[in-house]
Amino acid sequence: MLKKLFTVLALVGSASVMAAGGNAVHLDKAPINLKDQASLQRGAKLFQNYCLGCHQMQYQRYSVTFRDLGIPDEVGMAELAFTANKVGDYIKNAAPKEDLARWFGAPPPDLTNVARVRGPDWIYTYLRTFYVDPTRPFGVNNEVFPLVGMPHVLQELQGIPTKVVETKMVDGVEHKETKFETDGSGELSTDEYDAAIGDLVNYLEYTGEPTKLESHSLGIKVMIFLVIFFIFAFLLKKEYWKDVH
Amino acid sequence: MFKNFMNWIEYRMPFMEKMNLHVMQYPAPKNFNFWYFFGSLAMLVLVNQIVTGIWLTMNFEPSAERAFASVEYIMREVDYGWLLRYMHSTGASAFFVVVYLHMFRGMMYGSYQKPRELLWIFGMLIFLVLMAEAFMGYLLPWGQMSFWGAQVIISIFGVIPGIGDDLTLWIRGDYVISGATLNRFFALHVIALPLVLVILVFLHIIALHEVGSNNPDGIDVKVPNEGQKFENNVSDKFTFHEYFTKGGKKIIVDAIPFHPYYTVKDIVGVVGFLLIFCAVIFFAPEGGGFFLEPPNFEPANPMKTPDHIAPVWYFTPFYAILRAIPNDIAGAIGMFAAIIALALLPWLDRCKVRSVRYRSTLHKVNLVNFVISFVVLGVLGVLPATETYTWIARFASIFYFGHFVLLWWYSKNEKTKPLPVRLS
Amino acid sequence: MSNAPVDHGRRRFLTIATSVVGGVGAIGAAVPFIASWNPSEKAKQAGAPVTANISKLEPGQLIRVEWRGKPVWVVKRTPEMLKTLAAVEGQLRDPGSDDDKQQPEYAKNQHRSKKPEIFVAVGICTHLGCSPTYKMADFDAHVEGIASGFFCPCHGSTYDMAGRVFQGVPAPRNLMIPPYMFQENDTVLLIGADEGTA
Repeated sequence: MLKKLFTVLALVGSASVMAAGGNAVHLDKAPINLKDQASLQRGAKLFQNYCLGCHQMQYQRYSVTFRDLGIPDEVGMAELAFTANKVGDYIKNAAPKEDLARWFGAPPPDLTNVARVRGPDWIYTYLRTFYVDPTRPFGVNNEVFPLVGMPHVLQELQGIPTKVVETKMVDGVEHKETKFETDGSGELSTDEYDAAIGDLVNYLEYTGEPTKLESHSLGIKVMIFLVIFFIFAFLLKKEYWKDVH
Repeated sequence: MFKNFMNWIEYRMPFMEKMNLHVMQYPAPKNFNFWYFFGSLAMLVLVNQIVTGIWLTMNFEPSAERAFASVEYIMREVDYGWLLRYMHSTGASAFFVVVYLHMFRGMMYGSYQKPRELLWIFGMLIFLVLMAEAFMGYLLPWGQMSFWGAQVIISIFGVIPGIGDDLTLWIRGDYVISGATLNRFFALHVIALPLVLVILVFLHIIALHEVGSNNPDGIDVKVPNEGQKFENNVSDKFTFHEYFTKGGKKIIVDAIPFHPYYTVKDIVGVVGFLLIFCAVIFFAPEGGGFFLEPPNFEPANPMKTPDHIAPVWYFTPFYAILRAIPNDIAGAIGMFAAIIALALLPWLDRCKVRSVRYRSTLHKVNLVNFVISFVVLGVLGVLPATETYTWIARFASIFYFGHFVLLWWYSKNEKTKPLPVRLS
Repeated sequence: MSNAPVDHGRRRFLTIATSVVGGVGAIGAAVPFIASWNPSEKAKQAGAPVTANISKLEPGQLIRVEWRGKPVWVVKRTPEMLKTLAAVEGQLRDPGSDDDKQQPEYAKNQHRSKKPEIFVAVGICTHLGCSPTYKMADFDAHVEGIASGFFCPCHGSTYDMAGRVFQGVPAPRNLMIPPYMFQENDTVLLIGADEGTA
């Protein structure tokens, strides 16, 4: 009977792999580390400077970000919260929604939960695969989000990116490799840009579930408790069942 | 003093008497195995859902404008709100895991057979109400999957000839799923259906205790007293309620009192279950995207359907049958028939032997066929409907219904093994 | 089935031990449910300190500031009002403000404030929660010979100009003084936090 159960589990497992593999584009692994407060702080700064103009984070308060990222309220209010009056405000922008929708075709989505909707790897790849495409209204297209309606906001950091497809022969089989190269006009080198995007994605992963670290640390305690409880319950059961066996 | 007080109570409400009848002196077969944990676990999950559900309503706001934001508020701003929400969302999936395993246990050991038909029917009603409860609860977070999942499932009622369109309009209370739908689903989800569920569970247990628990050998532990002797009968050591011994007219064989033996055993099962349950809650509350689906972290948007929508995993076996049949009315009928077929098992199975242990090889193969087709359908229901998958789903549907047809056919004159006299 | 004698000691020990561990678990499981009733982040932010501009406050004038949903009074007391504070002490229940729960340490003095002339208090009667009325000049109708004070219309409790309760009225304690501090050259009053907490 147990064997059957394992077969079932194996089937379900393979199904989830198949379901997740719907996207044809290879996604790069985002360097997530929620314990790295310096990275989260850099990510928050990038978000405030480059994203908040159009996208909101309307379910997250500045006070919560500051508390969890170890930023003193006064420092945070001065350096990060340009549009907020109070530390308890939600991270919102003042941009009128209708105008944004008219400019970009659709209102820019709220980003509080974006890492839970898209997954961190998707965002990490998305922000690194913009490329020049003169046929598009903003002159750029995107590898993981074709026909994207968003301009390449981070161009001043990355430079102007182009898509290069190299064809290689590997063991007699044609192999296509897509690369994204920049003209070097950006403030950051490719590695620095990747690291900056890593920080930003790390921050978005945090805002998707600010309680994750708390959940993990409490979870470990609960699991240890349950193991102890299990040992006592098991011994008690064995003791009573001596009457039966 | 305390004794006097207890006597005073007992005279007016026979509490101890009922405890003896149902717990301390209730004879339970001594050979319950792993599969017998799931009944008490279902009970545990029901309590978890009710308690965490009550606590969630303290901060949830059932309106189209505020529902999504209020869930985010619970997750982010209420102390331990995230934990209460994850306990509830994980509990919903856990409920179906334990209920499916509980039902399969009944199928393996023939627990639906005479005299337990009514017990099985109550169980099936619980399953139906549970599906309605889960479906309505899933709309409440008002995410994209909530909205579009409800849209698809409510539309199924639209295929009913003549009244379909009016019926879906009536269920929604609007031309689309709206705040009106959300509010009525909220009322049913938090009050009406839980009440029905608790009453049905109560009846399920009353019915169980009247006929007694089945067991992995599928033979009776209460036998008519014809003066026969039973060697090494563990039941001789214990006192059972005279309701079960009928004043000596029945002999209890190889059964033990529920308390303490199965209470201490169920505690082990409960803690074992909690180890897995808490691991999911604390370390993987999304359940790989099956318990909390990624698009549901986006608020409902009636203008835009997510790229790929599928019902939550526990509906997918039935949903796959619906999709596999290339006609909308027939599809809906097929889906409901898949559930009705389970409810009819006591009458489809005409064999007198209950447990799979003593039944024919054909029956064993047929049970494996049921498990495989059910799981395959469940997996396909999650995947997008490509042509290949649709064909696989059609075959799996045929095998699923084939289980019941075959069972009805071979069980009349099934070649079974001789039943033991005593529990193994 | 073994007929070996039951080891009652071991059985009792394991029963008690498992019960204790299970009881600890039940208490632990109750924690999130109980804790979820605490003020949420939203409530805490709504209850955050508030500021009031007091640069234009006239002598004798009272302004009300909302803090945590309650009226907080800010009064600029006149020299006459301050003079009467010593005179009424014989008629008060707690003239020395000995009940430490009713004010921060810096308000435990005769005028119950940081600066003698600026009086800050939560305007809620300590009896049953009504908000007393400020009687700037006609308080002697309630306490003879005293020109100004606070009078609660609900059950007639009376307080002097430092929020100290008179004897013989239902209110048991002096008015609550919230934590507060002065900012920007004393023109702005911050209510809800002081140097100790901010």
